[in-house]
Amino acid sequence: MGGMSGHFAWTALFLLGCYHGLNPAMGWLFAVALGMQERRIGAVLLAIVPLAVGHIASVAAIVALAVTAAVDLPRPVVHGVAAGVLLGFGAYRLIRIRHPRWVGMRVGFWGLCLWGFLMSSAHGAGLMLVPFVTAGASTAPYAAGAAMLAVHTLGYLATMTAVALVVYAKVGVSFLRTAWLNVDVIWAIALIVTGIVALFV
Amino acid sequence: MLLKPDPTFYASAKDAMKAPPEMLAYVALLSASGNGSPDALAVVDVDPSSASFARELDRVELPNTGDELHHFGWNACSAALCPFAPRPHVERRYLIVPGLRSSRIHIIDTKPDPAHPRIARVIEPEEIVERAGYTRPHTVHCGPDAIYVSALGNAAGDGPGGIFMLDCDTFDVIGPWEADRGPQYLAYDFWWHLTQDVMVTSEWGTPNMIEGGLDPNLLLGGKYGHHLHFWDLRSRRHAQSIDLGAEQQMVLELRPSHDPANAYGFAGVVVSLKDLSSSIWLWHRNNGAWAVQKVIEIPAEPADPAQLPDMLKGFSAVPPLLSDIDLSLDDRYLYASCWGTGEMRQYDVSDPFAPKLVGSVHIGGIARRAPHPANPSRPLAGGPQMVEISRDGRRVYFTNSLYRAWDDQFYPDGVGSWMVKLDVDGDGAIAVDPKFFLEFDGGHRAHQVRLQGGDASSDSYCYS
Repeated sequence: MGGMSGHFAWTALFLLGCYHGLNPAMGWLFAVALGMQERRIGAVLLAIVPLAVGHIASVAAIVALAVTAAVDLPRPVVHGVAAGVLLGFGAYRLIRIRHPRWVGMRVGFWGLCLWGFLMSSAHGAGLMLVPFVTAGASTAPYAAGAAMLAVHTLGYLATMTAVALVVYAKVGVSFLRTAWLNVDVIWAIALIVTGIVALFV
Repeated sequence: MLLKPDPTFYASAKDAMKAPPEMLAYVALLSASGNGSPDALAVVDVDPSSASFARELDRVELPNTGDELHHFGWNACSAALCPFAPRPHVERRYLIVPGLRSSRIHIIDTKPDPAHPRIARVIEPEEIVERAGYTRPHTVHCGPDAIYVSALGNAAGDGPGGIFMLDCDTFDVIGPWEADRGPQYLAYDFWWHLTQDVMVTSEWGTPNMIEGGLDPNLLLGGKYGHHLHFWDLRSRRHAQSIDLGAEQQMVLELRPSHDPANAYGFAGVVVSLKDLSSSIWLWHRNNGAWAVQKVIEIPAEPADPAQLPDMLKGFSAVPPLLSDIDLSLDDRYLYASCWGTGEMRQYDVSDPFAPKLVGSVHIGGIARRAPHPANPSRPLAGGPQMVEISRDGRRVYFTNSLYRAWDDQFYPDGVGSWMVKLDVDGDGAIAVDPKFFLEFDGGHRAHQVRLQGGDASSDSYCYS
């Protein structure tokens, strides 16, 4: 990771994963609701797996695209395009937030995978990793990309699982009505900031 | 756009019971004077500490005449917290107010001053017909992905009735909801078991069957609705019909349990052809399929034919004409409006299979004409009709007009126009509030009541 100092980048990737995991719209809340529906904690854990698969698939697709681009194209072009996409998508989400049209809770394993994939993609979760992925001058770019995805996933999965279990078993969902910050706004700003970072690394 | 969820959204019905008491009620007013005045939405002060308690604060007049306001609902509610399509930062702000006769839908903005709302937009019937194929919009529920509205029929006034959707943000008509309606033809009310992907719909009649009044030939022929329909909410396909029997005429209001983990609910039937009784049926899941059983029967009351309108003289009895039911947020009390006999009944439905009649209040009635404690010497026409329970379950409001054509048939000497309130004490005992008797003037009849911030039939919850 040339452009960004090593520790910072890995920590940032991990925290980005935690941030994704913390967002109620990225999976843990769905898992909790399914647990409440079936009145057992096992249903929470069972739902986390496909939800995470969907999220990771969405992020991995973007990461793979970015790594491939970074290998094949000149760095300034890659960074320019990445920054443009991030800034544009962030601005779009700031101005026009479309809400998901998804209906249905009894959706099964593949349904949850699809939901996780769609929600992560619609939020541009994978885009946030792009500057990290394209910053490196690694000799093994695909392996580095995979490692970054793994670190991100670790943060995401650990946070999501912990939040889901604590909320289901201890806290309950009552707090949502006051604590559910409008992360759409924060998220859009995060995309724009990442875009700016991409311009300068 | 809000940075935190709308403070009137609650994750569960249990949480919503802790909501602060409502300060305002919105009441649909139907102009029946024949003087060409439009229908209106009244704002009523329900703050007991206010000097104008139990009085109208404002009246929003509609731009056209002949709308026939009936039921209405909110643009957004606690369903916005549902996990699969979260949109917690929208506001409960607009009342979606359909004209049952005109098929016009009014979007009424309760901001910035909830005591003085104003019309933000009017959706003309042409848009609804063109995009959805339906007319006579009735029930409105805020869903997780759209605003759902039931409709009684098509542009010609025939069936099928059904459900269409409005965009949550723009209020544009999206289109009809059903992908496959199966045998369903008649429509009226709907609600759902949201986390179980189940929609339930009920049956009244097509516009042509009801707009001329209750037709004795159709009624005695068992032609009004007598089915419940169960649908897959996700695929929008009809899944199961249950016939309550052709003698069970008009299956109207649907009240599912507020706890999303439960799979049961109550449906009210207006009249049985066998003995003029009204009934309440429990739907519940039984080995994967839906089953229903009658859990409450309210008998007709004998009466002197001299006291009865023409339609009932031959029966020497007053049917209860159960017109509305409402379930408290804790799923404990079911209130049943007996518009014919002039009685509001309170059932303890802690065991939904074995309801217990625990409370009763008499007011109005075709033969009874029971007075309100505010004026014990004055007989009242009309009877308990649209009933709404506060979120905490401590106050129950109701009005007395049913449906313009029916009012005139059953109360031919005038139905009047009033709204009253019951207080519910900590043990669940009900009593009429002697200080709350509101009569709407100007020849307007009161219909559905919606409470500020939500009530017991406005919100759906995705968590237990």
